[in-house]
Amino acid sequence: MTETPQKMVKSSEIDPKFKYEISKMHGGEKLMRCFQCGTCTSDCPIARFSDTYRPRQIIRMTQLGLKNRVLNSDTLWLCAACFTCTDRCPQDVEVASVIRVLRNLAAEQGHFPQVFKDQCASILESGYAYKIPELRVKKRETLGLPPLPKGNSESIKKTLHEVHLLKHIEKKGE
Amino acid sequence: MAELKYLMFLGCAIPYRVSAFEISARKTLAKLGVELVEMPEFNCCGLPLDPVSHETMLILAARNLALAELKGLDIITLCPGCAGTLKKVNKMLKEDKALRGEINCHLKEAGLEFKGTVDAKHLIQVLTEDVGLEKIKNSIVKPLTMVRVAEHNGCHILRPKEFIGFDDPENPKILKTLIEATGATCLDYMDETECCGAPSVGVSDKVALQLARDKLNHIKSVDAQALITICPFCHIMYDTNELRIEKMFNEVYGIPVLHYPQLLGLAMGMSPDELAFNELRVDCSKVLGEVCDRGK
Repeated sequence: MTETPQKMVKSSEIDPKFKYEISKMHGGEKLMRCFQCGTCTSDCPIARFSDTYRPRQIIRMTQLGLKNRVLNSDTLWLCAACFTCTDRCPQDVEVASVIRVLRNLAAEQGHFPQVFKDQCASILESGYAYKIPELRVKKRETLGLPPLPKGNSESIKKTLHEVHLLKHIEKKGE
Repeated sequence: MAELKYLMFLGCAIPYRVSAFEISARKTLAKLGVELVEMPEFNCCGLPLDPVSHETMLILAARNLALAELKGLDIITLCPGCAGTLKKVNKMLKEDKALRGEINCHLKEAGLEFKGTVDAKHLIQVLTEDVGLEKIKNSIVKPLTMVRVAEHNGCHILRPKEFIGFDDPENPKILKTLIEATGATCLDYMDETECCGAPSVGVSDKVALQLARDKLNHIKSVDAQALITICPFCHIMYDTNELRIEKMFNEVYGIPVLHYPQLLGLAMGMSPDELAFNELRVDCSKVLGEVCDRGK
């Protein structure tokens, strides 16, 4: 995934249905309410330190239908999901949730950082998002802690077997 | 008085690398008469996968709630991420019947069903709402009156307000009150409610560490002797990564980062060893000196 260079928007690039697609998804319902005041970007802790991550811009690009630019953009993955934007939006747009909807769509197309693939694989295998070293598990007894509850891998896989995401996990990431 | 008994939901980060939080929480809760029952089996709350699949998050969270319902116990978590997720999904599935039906179709594959009969709470919610401030104050035998600390709530115990609704996200008071119950002074500082950066680790470590550094600067400027956290991820950002941040930005902080139950445990008269202070990365001998000298 490389950053799309800023360039003129061609009409062929625009997907006029994109905003409706997003508005229908859970969390994206209020996308059209955004009037670009910029409260989200000015209050965003990530935007403060990143040269590229601007939630207002992501929302506007989504409204305009720049589907491929938005979904292929690396900056989409910088959101820390702190929900400051959601809480402070004067138009009640769930900004963080719109960004989550966009990330979900990007992930469906296979565009998502490796860290999520690793965590998903680990959850399917052990129930835990990280591979907990055997030594840690054993050390619990000496620390006076009860045994660590085990993940039921088979049962977890059964509940998730119809989920779209798994296609990209079983295939193993790039 | 109602029996205080919960299902302990550890989450992933705590058993992975933040055992001091678990050790000190279990000891202080036991002292307050809270009984903990272990989860029969475990899976991640789902939050880490929400960015890539909202549906997966919903199923994983609902699965845990369904397991808790079988036990007939409310969940207590030490991780605000887990608490926030379980709370949010619990509320969503209770209110949205269509969504509940959809998720239950997935759970059925494993013989489980979400009914909406239990609650999920974070440690500090249990402490304030169920245990009560009065009982906590009565358990203090060694007030930490010489200690000045700063707090960091973390995001998911506060936001989004619509789903969490526990404390005021713009001016949170609950953790401060709990800290002050130990006798310590809790200082105000700039951008208190801002994110630690942890969720961006792995996507952009640089941005994440800059965020943590920014907060450490603000905390240092009010001359806090320690930072108090209630989240395993925030703790990793400030404690485990403090040396890394110091090196990267050529700064010196030396701010010890304590889990809230460690602070509480000290005030209850427990020793630093009992509370697993040896597991902390940043040297805390100075602040412990204040506490122990007073005991003499």
